[in-house]
Amino acid sequence: MKKLLMTASLAFFALTGAAQAEGKLSIYHWFEYIPQELLDKFAKEYDVEVTMDTYDSNESLLASLKAGKLGSYDVAVPGDYMVKILNNEGMLDTFEPSELSNFGNIEDQWADVSFDPGRKSSIPYQWGSTSFSVNRDVFSGPIDSLAIVFDPPEELKGKINVLDTSGETLTLASLYLGIPQCTPDKAQLKALNALVQGAKQHWASFGSDIAKDVLVSGDAAVGMIWSGFSAKARSEGANIEYAFPKEGYIVWMDNVVLLKDAPNRENALKFMNFLLEPENAAAVTNYAQYTAGVKGVAPFLEPAVANSPESNPPAGQKGVFVEACPQEVQVLYDAIWTNLKK
Amino acid sequence: MAAGATTSGGTVSNIYKGNSAKLMFPAWAMIGFFLLAPVGMMIVYSFLTKEFRGGVIWEFTLAAYDQFFFDRGLFGDEPPSIEWTYIGIFWRSIWQAGVATIACLLIGFPTAWFIATRRPSTRSAWLFMITIPYWVNLLIRTVSMKFLIRDTGPLNEFLLWTGAVSEPLGLINTNFAVQLGLFYSYLPFMVLPIYASVERYDFSLSEAAADLYSSIWTTLWLVILPVVKPGIVAGCILVFVPSLGAFLAPDLLGGAKTFMIGSLIEEQFKGSAGNWPFGAAASTILLSIVMAVLLIYARNQNKGSER
Repeated sequence: MKKLLMTASLAFFALTGAAQAEGKLSIYHWFEYIPQELLDKFAKEYDVEVTMDTYDSNESLLASLKAGKLGSYDVAVPGDYMVKILNNEGMLDTFEPSELSNFGNIEDQWADVSFDPGRKSSIPYQWGSTSFSVNRDVFSGPIDSLAIVFDPPEELKGKINVLDTSGETLTLASLYLGIPQCTPDKAQLKALNALVQGAKQHWASFGSDIAKDVLVSGDAAVGMIWSGFSAKARSEGANIEYAFPKEGYIVWMDNVVLLKDAPNRENALKFMNFLLEPENAAAVTNYAQYTAGVKGVAPFLEPAVANSPESNPPAGQKGVFVEACPQEVQVLYDAIWTNLKK
Repeated sequence: MAAGATTSGGTVSNIYKGNSAKLMFPAWAMIGFFLLAPVGMMIVYSFLTKEFRGGVIWEFTLAAYDQFFFDRGLFGDEPPSIEWTYIGIFWRSIWQAGVATIACLLIGFPTAWFIATRRPSTRSAWLFMITIPYWVNLLIRTVSMKFLIRDTGPLNEFLLWTGAVSEPLGLINTNFAVQLGLFYSYLPFMVLPIYASVERYDFSLSEAAADLYSSIWTTLWLVILPVVKPGIVAGCILVFVPSLGAFLAPDLLGGAKTFMIGSLIEEQFKGSAGNWPFGAAASTILLSIVMAVLLIYARNQNKGSER
């Protein structure tokens, strides 16, 4: 009986404890991109109840916000070009630098960016690259070209996983063809369409959330993948090498944005400020294995993460940002993607 | 319907007289909120103009249906010809769902027969065992199936170990994997209705047929099947219809490469296509096909009973 009372009172305190939290924070985030301990730390430090939903591509983030989720989340973590699109759609709120005491911690190169001039709505989260990784047990040849994905050698055909995101997949295909992004030129777009249509027969699957798993399990020998996700696959035992192809690769920066109509704006700003603490930014980097855009993280980084080949591209390689195309051009790219997926 | 309750007369229904509208309210509210309103919204949206990357503009257009039936080239600037792509996706979905339904019938009928012919006291235990896996979320079951059959999964490892095959079977990311996933997902929907009709089957009919020198197969064909047919038809509908709209199986087991109707529609709302009117139009067309098939079936049933 004593035990029962004890349990009941504990449960009572647990319940009232949750109810007494200062407030709430609702995060819309990429899958597998923030350590739970960090969320717990924030919840404890600021006495906030944190909830998080996840998405697996910039496009599905936008689709979901458009479908009526705007107003239910406080912060989201879109990539560079998607920050610009969300802003153009009027989905972002702005803040003053003075509202974030750690605003000055943003690294100089990320303090003023073209996709959010003056950082009015966003702060850096992590940055990295998108390319592909190859299982070295299966293929030992050179992997310095995007041909591995778009015109694969015989032994890799049918063993390729491609990210299920139009922005990154079509941008890498454009780099391979050497055509500019957001081109309205029909001949170039037809060539792009023909390239991905022809390559699809060599691809085993489309999938973003499975990108690491298929490399670790060996289901795929080549995987289009994000740099840190590849590093995680490697640390989970996959004998893979991340490629920096000569045609170029994608560089991106994910950013924490303050969403319009955020139900808990104050807590959202507290969370953004929290993520600008070097120790916390480093915790994300140690977990996701990308690179933080915050000053002073170095002392907190694990050496294996800081020195990973995925995060340290060889000098002289060309990394490009995905561009946000104007609507009349974007519909052409959407047509190519739909045509590819059907 | 509301009128039927009052005109039937008799003392019992007198109690309800004058209250029929109130009493029917929950039923009509259910139908209105959960059937008419969503379906009506879907049909209306299919005739609206799409907004860039999701959403609609309230202007009437047939663009969504035009996109479904006519091919105007990749960039919409060529003379129209018939668009086979979406018809192809529908055909593929019908084919996949059909194979899954036949597989469910081939396995489900003997299973239901087996259960219905056990001692009555043990039947509920058998039925219980059929339903246990379905307490687990569909997503988890589909992912588990994927782990089982993938090239590095236990099935292939076992076959390689026994030497039955020299390299993995390559089951994952194929149409077969999708069919297998659908079959596994919806098997109980076949077993349960067939069980219900086999349980009511009077086995003395089989004995009578045997006394008249009917072979086992003739008995099955001419005596048993006509009796349990309603259960089989119900099972087939219950498996076929959800299979037709499935998107988890093609996404996870088919490698997201082989579009089925469900994944095509999902892409319009959750993916990068963001074309709500087209998704609504595809859903409307799908609904029309299913309704047409069910109506034809119902009409044939009525004809059959008039004979």
